[in-house]
Amino acid sequence: MRSRGQRIREWVIGHVIVASGAAAIVFVALIFFFLVRDALPLLKTDSFWGVLTGSNWRPTSEPAQFGLLPLLLGSLYVTAGALVLAVPLGLGAAVFISEVAPAWVREILKPMVEVLATIPSVVFGFLGLMLIGPWLAEVLNLPVPLFAGLGSLMLAFMAVPTIVSVSEDAIRAVPMALRENSLALGATRWQTIRRVVVPAARSGIIAAVLLGLGRAIGETMTVLMVTGNAAVIPEGFDGFLRPVRTLTATIAAEMGETAYATPHYHALFTIGLVLFAITFLTNTIADIAIRRSGRMTI
Amino acid sequence: MKALPRIRPRTMQALAFAGLWALAVLVIVPVLVVLGIMVAKGWGELSWEFVSSVDTGLLAPIVGTTVLVMLTAAIAAPVGVAAAVYLSEYARAGTFVRLVRLAIVNLAGVPSVVYGLFGLALFVTLLQFGRCLLAAAFTMALLVLPLVITASEEALRQVPRGLREMSFALGATRWQTVRRVVLPNALPGIITGMVLSIGRAAGETAPILFTGAFLSLTHPFPKSLLDPFVALTYRLFVDATEVPGVAEGVKWAEAVVLVALVLGLNLGAVTFRARLRRARRW
Repeated sequence: MRSRGQRIREWVIGHVIVASGAAAIVFVALIFFFLVRDALPLLKTDSFWGVLTGSNWRPTSEPAQFGLLPLLLGSLYVTAGALVLAVPLGLGAAVFISEVAPAWVREILKPMVEVLATIPSVVFGFLGLMLIGPWLAEVLNLPVPLFAGLGSLMLAFMAVPTIVSVSEDAIRAVPMALRENSLALGATRWQTIRRVVVPAARSGIIAAVLLGLGRAIGETMTVLMVTGNAAVIPEGFDGFLRPVRTLTATIAAEMGETAYATPHYHALFTIGLVLFAITFLTNTIADIAIRRSGRMTI
Repeated sequence: MKALPRIRPRTMQALAFAGLWALAVLVIVPVLVVLGIMVAKGWGELSWEFVSSVDTGLLAPIVGTTVLVMLTAAIAAPVGVAAAVYLSEYARAGTFVRLVRLAIVNLAGVPSVVYGLFGLALFVTLLQFGRCLLAAAFTMALLVLPLVITASEEALRQVPRGLREMSFALGATRWQTVRRVVLPNALPGIITGMVLSIGRAAGETAPILFTGAFLSLTHPFPKSLLDPFVALTYRLFVDATEVPGVAEGVKWAEAVVLVALVLGLNLGAVTFRARLRRARRW
């Protein structure tokens, strides 16, 4: 028989462990709470919609203007450009690794892509700033060495590992029988990949793209160092070749010198809240999509 | 109108596969080339003095990063492993577990600079730590928490069910089973996860930007947990963007040291895990 002391200990430890499980929920809630708390003072004087669509970010002029539109569009440009590059690269590499590559190539390629994911973002920023930006500006004859498209290029290589590993999982989860049926009907391996395997892995691939998008839009140091940080509204394709400033870079560049509880401080928290909302949405949708592809535990 | 000549499926396949080979090369090779250039440019500056001197070298940021990641791991490990034990050993499928998992996914997706804001609001300001090591470590611990939980849960799940059943059959309670049977067997995997988390923390900049990192020439080392500190990432960022007149070779060498540290930690963990998977055949 178990002693009374033992039963009490089981009960206490069990609850401590459940509480630790709940900690993740508590932390997400806390982050949201503190962002809202320090964003609210600004939103009492300016409407949220007005801040979102305001076209001037001039935090230190008199009177200060806190319009997020240039920053939102800056983030949108850099992220969209990154995805245009990273989705074909990442999806192609994932299909290659799981369906086409000989075993020995896979054994080399997979760990390499994983290692790619661990290179610090400040290093990507440094390489863009010192090497790739000046080089591209010279080759393409651009007026400035730091521009939105450079951010897209660097972010693409940073988002690729996420896209590869998530979509590779999805492709691997497609039942072998589907491939065998297609091959038995006389389809080539490529026809099978294109018409059977990739469509069957659709939800997982959508999740991969969304997670890559979340990674790109939240990336800070690289973008801060390579996009030139001009808070202007980008226009047309030309916008990719000019400096922009993203949501994340604005926080990183300005929070260090901003006094506590000033309107500027609250405006930077408002940006944080917007970023949190965007990544929360993309991650939640991605999570639902992954679950729909039906492989995860519980 | 003349119909386009149909490409034979075999030819199409050859073309497509060639394209996929090219994409795979394109993912890896440019990065390797650029990293190679980085090492070549930094090579001349690398010396024992460069990593061991305070004034002309990187001793202060190396110490700062080391202390930061140790603290981070010490804070994140208990909560992360306990959460993993919950998910793997205690949880029953249902709405609550679903929410916990969703929260973990979202914690992993919060931008690192937003963690910085959160750390500034909670640890630096509300709890009045000030900008210091402790505030930065708590902020960083939250950031690596999802990584710790995910890796630990995977390690716990790889312990065969049979071992647990044997323990239960001998009359052990759930916690006794977890503590004496499951955790010891999962320990190598959990440690691997911790090393990966440390590698992540060593490479992050944004979360410490306004929670504790500060470049001081007069006080290079923190005297207590409540002092500001310098990390390798922060030093590279400041030298590359803010401090004028830093010799170019020095900046490249800083990048090399940082990448070597982070890749070393990650490669170590991944190799260890691979060996573990091969060695353990229950």
